Amino acid sequence: MMTMNEEIDTRRHMPLGLARRGYRGVIQHLDTTDVGSALSGLELESRLLELGFVEGAKVEILHEGIVGRDPIAVRVDNVTIAVRRREAMAIIVSDLNGL
Amino acid sequence: MEPPLMHLALVGTPNSGKTSLFNALTGSRQKVANYPGVTVERKEGSFVTPTGQQVSLVDLPGTYSLRGRSPDEEITRDFVLGRVNGESLPDLVLCVADSTNLRLTIRLLLELKSAGRPLALVLNMFDIATRRGVSVNVPLLSEMLGVPVVTSIAIRKGGTADLLRLTDDLLAQQVGAGARESAWEPQSVAQLRALQRDADRIIAATISQPARPDTWTARIDAVVLHPVAGLLILALILFVMFQAVFAWAQPLMELLSSSFDALGQFIQETLPQGLLQSFLQNGVISGVGSVIVFLPQIIIIFLFILLLEDFGYMARAAFLMDRIMGGAGLHGRAFIPLLSSFACAIPGIMATRVIDNRRDRLTTILIAPLMTCSARIPVYTLIISAFIPAKMIWGWINLQGLVMFGLYAAGIASALCVSFLVKFFMLRDYAPAPFMLELPDYKMPRLRSILIGVYTRAKAFLQRAGTTIFAMMVLIWFLASFPQPPVGVTEPAIDYSLAAMIGKAIEPLLAPIGFNWQIAVALIPGMAAREVAVAALGTVYAIEGGKEAAEQIGQVLSTQWSLATALSLLAWYIFAPQCASTLAVIRRETGGWKWMAITFFYMLVLAYVASLIVYNIAVRLGAG
Repeated sequence: MMTMNEEIDTRRHMPLGLARRGYRGVIQHLDTTDVGSALSGLELESRLLELGFVEGAKVEILHEGIVGRDPIAVRVDNVTIAVRRREAMAIIVSDLNGL
Repeated sequence: MEPPLMHLALVGTPNSGKTSLFNALTGSRQKVANYPGVTVERKEGSFVTPTGQQVSLVDLPGTYSLRGRSPDEEITRDFVLGRVNGESLPDLVLCVADSTNLRLTIRLLLELKSAGRPLALVLNMFDIATRRGVSVNVPLLSEMLGVPVVTSIAIRKGGTADLLRLTDDLLAQQVGAGARESAWEPQSVAQLRALQRDADRIIAATISQPARPDTWTARIDAVVLHPVAGLLILALILFVMFQAVFAWAQPLMELLSSSFDALGQFIQETLPQGLLQSFLQNGVISGVGSVIVFLPQIIIIFLFILLLEDFGYMARAAFLMDRIMGGAGLHGRAFIPLLSSFACAIPGIMATRVIDNRRDRLTTILIAPLMTCSARIPVYTLIISAFIPAKMIWGWINLQGLVMFGLYAAGIASALCVSFLVKFFMLRDYAPAPFMLELPDYKMPRLRSILIGVYTRAKAFLQRAGTTIFAMMVLIWFLASFPQPPVGVTEPAIDYSLAAMIGKAIEPLLAPIGFNWQIAVALIPGMAAREVAVAALGTVYAIEGGKEAAEQIGQVLSTQWSLATALSLLAWYIFAPQCASTLAVIRRETGGWKWMAITFFYMLVLAYVASLIVYNIAVRLGAG
């Protein structure tokens, strides 16, 4: 378990909100500071957790919206969730492509 | 002795198939009402277990946790904790899960355990899960969760047999056994994380998932959520829906309204002329008729909405429209209700139930009557054809058509402005819901479940809105008929009525916007339905023949009114709360008079200001 985390940690971390369609990654952590959502940081974090955005979950961006490629449809393990990019900025992921 | 009635509650995440399970268990024995004081729908049904136990089942609003982020979710939380006034604590809580997608429900179930109520997990849609290669070790899952687990296939006959048997067992066990105290408290983010980890651990130990996701859903989404093809498909679906509402509903509506007319005619011919005849014909029959005539549109719109919802398309439509609607502070899901309102605001307002968030739903309800409904069309065409010349601008734009387009556009633009203002000034008590939505796997819609849904909606409309609308119709009839004209006069009877008195009394108020007392009088019966104003104008100007004489009315009006008055009336009709039925439905849907009053007054103010501006500008420009 430890070695796997270390391996993932060496990869590039980025907010899911910046990723493009087809991106595949693993959630490293949630960071709701400076996200600029209408929700408070705690509320946003709770909602993301309730929808399954938990550390270690695999994510893949399946679809993008029409205006400004927003919102995005994200596959989180076995569920597909639509979120706006702004809220997805709180989800810090590391790359899974090529694994 | 008959055993006491047992109370069951269904809890689950949105899209867990809760509603189809509810429909399967209770059939058409359902009641839809509102929880007192809130806009949340209360769905209750009843059934009998194999051992003859009477059970009342409440379908609680879908939720991902017991945190209660919206009034709907608060109801779910308070219900399982026994905090809702007038509701008994459930004897058994059934937590419903979509078997293909257990992750979020298992977390919810772990949280529900702390509420202390007897609990069971229902693995619904078990057939689909099996077909997709999901296998669940049910005994182990039950052991690890510490609650009974049962599989069910809500949509198949007999698919709920195991669930019924379990319900019997559980209810029998706990008679006399005191339930545990609730140890529930709001979850911190750390607890949420921990619960989700527990859930994921339990799932890893008991459920084997296929490596590939549902290929059908992926294939359909590749087209339906495609930036270009997706919008085209959405437009096509809406086009068909609109066609259905206008084209399919129209013959039925005409049939209904002509049969009510015929019934009224029959009353007129059989009863002696007088008050009773007038009350039955113009008050009761046309009142009931004006309610029932909306039924075809309501049924058709709900048929479409429930089909799309069941199939899983509604969430996709919201995804596609989110940014486009979001600019005005509207939720993506507001799109279909608002569009339906172009046909008629009543089904549109009823359709706002697809919006979970109270703030988004109320905003949508408030602006729905600003969409140009089909009842405005007769008024618009009458005035446009009488006052606007049918000439061409730049050789290819028909001026009359342009004015009509302008009226539609003004309605939409004002709706967007109002929505923007409401979001920022009025509904600040609940956190705005950012767009976060599960896109469920597509499912074949089940006709039975949809028909039950349409039936309950239609019944609720007739019962609740029907009584209010009917009462208003009788009131309007009363105003237009009393007092009776003196014997032997030649003026139309309405001239002597309370409506005329009110019309003349409010004339000074309406003079600044260019309305004469005849218009004021016509506005009162026009409250029954907007198009009735056309016939009422005919009556006031003593033209025989009612609606059929529209052309003749137009000719008379063009000699009696100035262009400024006509334009002012058009502006009035964009905004004016000229429809008692819509107001009644708003009252029914929001569970109180408050939002109905707010809608009425804000629209009245908008109408007055708009007419004032239009009239004065027109007079300045020499059209007075």
